[in-house]
Amino acid sequence: MDINFVIEKFVLITILFAISLLIAMYSTYAERKVAAFLQDRLGPDRAGPFGILQPLADGVKMFMKEEIIPANANKWLFMVGPGLAMLCACIGTAVIPWGQDMVIGDRVIPLQVTDINVGLLYIFGVISLGVYGVMIGGWASNNKYSLLSAIRAASQNISYEIAMGLSIIALLLVSNSLSLKEIVEQQHGFNWNFWYQPLGFLIFMVCAFAETNRAPFDLPECEAELNGGYHMEYSSMKLGFYLFAEYINMFVSSTVMAALYFGGYNYPGMDYIAAQWGPTWAPLFGTFIFFMKIFAFIFFFMWVRWTIPRFRYDQLMNLGWKTLIPLAIANIIVTGIVIALTNNF
Amino acid sequence: MESLSNKKKVLEQKPLNLAERMYLPAIARGLGTTISHFFKKSATIRYPEQQREFSLNWRGMHSLKRDEQGRERCTACGLCALSCPAEAITMIAAERKNDEKHLYREEKYASVYEINMLRCIFCGLCEEACPKEAIYLDGPIVPADYLRKDFIYGKDKLVEGPLDK
Repeated sequence: MDINFVIEKFVLITILFAISLLIAMYSTYAERKVAAFLQDRLGPDRAGPFGILQPLADGVKMFMKEEIIPANANKWLFMVGPGLAMLCACIGTAVIPWGQDMVIGDRVIPLQVTDINVGLLYIFGVISLGVYGVMIGGWASNNKYSLLSAIRAASQNISYEIAMGLSIIALLLVSNSLSLKEIVEQQHGFNWNFWYQPLGFLIFMVCAFAETNRAPFDLPECEAELNGGYHMEYSSMKLGFYLFAEYINMFVSSTVMAALYFGGYNYPGMDYIAAQWGPTWAPLFGTFIFFMKIFAFIFFFMWVRWTIPRFRYDQLMNLGWKTLIPLAIANIIVTGIVIALTNNF
Repeated sequence: MESLSNKKKVLEQKPLNLAERMYLPAIARGLGTTISHFFKKSATIRYPEQQREFSLNWRGMHSLKRDEQGRERCTACGLCALSCPAEAITMIAAERKNDEKHLYREEKYASVYEINMLRCIFCGLCEEACPKEAIYLDGPIVPADYLRKDFIYGKDKLVEGPLDK
């Protein structure tokens, strides 16, 4: 391990962290703009041109707010909650392959922090850890609404993780690997997994909506019933962390969906671009394409939020247990049969 | 019970068919509806820069009018204050001096004329009561302010500008 390796990784991690935060920041802005446009409004447009400085203003506002810890709250857990939510949201990006290996001079730089061979499981672990931030925050607030919301979040996430895991198994049957790098490499050009696993993608996407607590599955934070839910007692930047973590989760989910099913940095005609632009710039263009896909998914998240009303709790459980899980199992069986047939005949 | 008008229609709720139970077609239609609004013109009026046109019978801030020679029309008769249901108007009358004939039309004028904009309900009764056509509610929206005392508008804000300007 030479010093260049350390520098390389350090730079990559720093950039990734900055990008995650920047995207989360501007997701809040984009959310309000998308909401406004879908409702024939303009959205924030006062801070800077087109309101582009709105997230900064919001951030400053968050920092300036008074910090309140309820008297009967468990102080230590109360502070751990948002920290954990933020931590789990941020470490998810470590195993995502952001582009093909970049060649600068005679050095090959992988655009991935680490290519662990169980990358997919790592992502799942991190995503399911995320609910602990919500749980701990809701529990430590010593408030019945927060607690109710935390319980809802936990049961919802556990229910949908099963369907999500099952939909991934079908994908693993197709790709034969748990390493995200390999899964993405297999989707070279236009050979995306979506064409093989449309149903799996649909199930995965629905579950991703539920995992990130986004509408129509935003029961843990419904304003009407729970006064905002698990972050009800939070103020100042602790609240900001929760909101931020949610947007980073959305970014990570979009990234995972784009990487697993929509080819990540692969795009039709990539070999031609690689031949034209050389091995230094072509991977960066791939990364750009990847981010376009991610932004499209983030837009889709927002689009759905302003279209579909929230599920009722029993409908949510019905959908998760009685529809998505059987569908995912059927998907595995059909995929397995098709693969067995194509391999043997 | 039997319907007398015979207009009542009993709606039959059929069980959902497969496409409806899958939700997806309905969701796709809903997404189509919302995205069509994405490209529509927004109804927003950017208020301070852009102002909505007022209707013809709009009643806004009061203005005290001048006559053709630029003299104040108000003669401080007090009918406006009397007619005001919110008791927003007060005034102090004064006698016109000889050298003030170019300033005031009548022999008596209002040396102080105050309207409390927090009390005013913009009903327009002062306008109707005025025998001299001296007060009209033809101004803009009364702006917001921080202190109660700043909502008491005196002649400096109410009297319209000299005619030659």
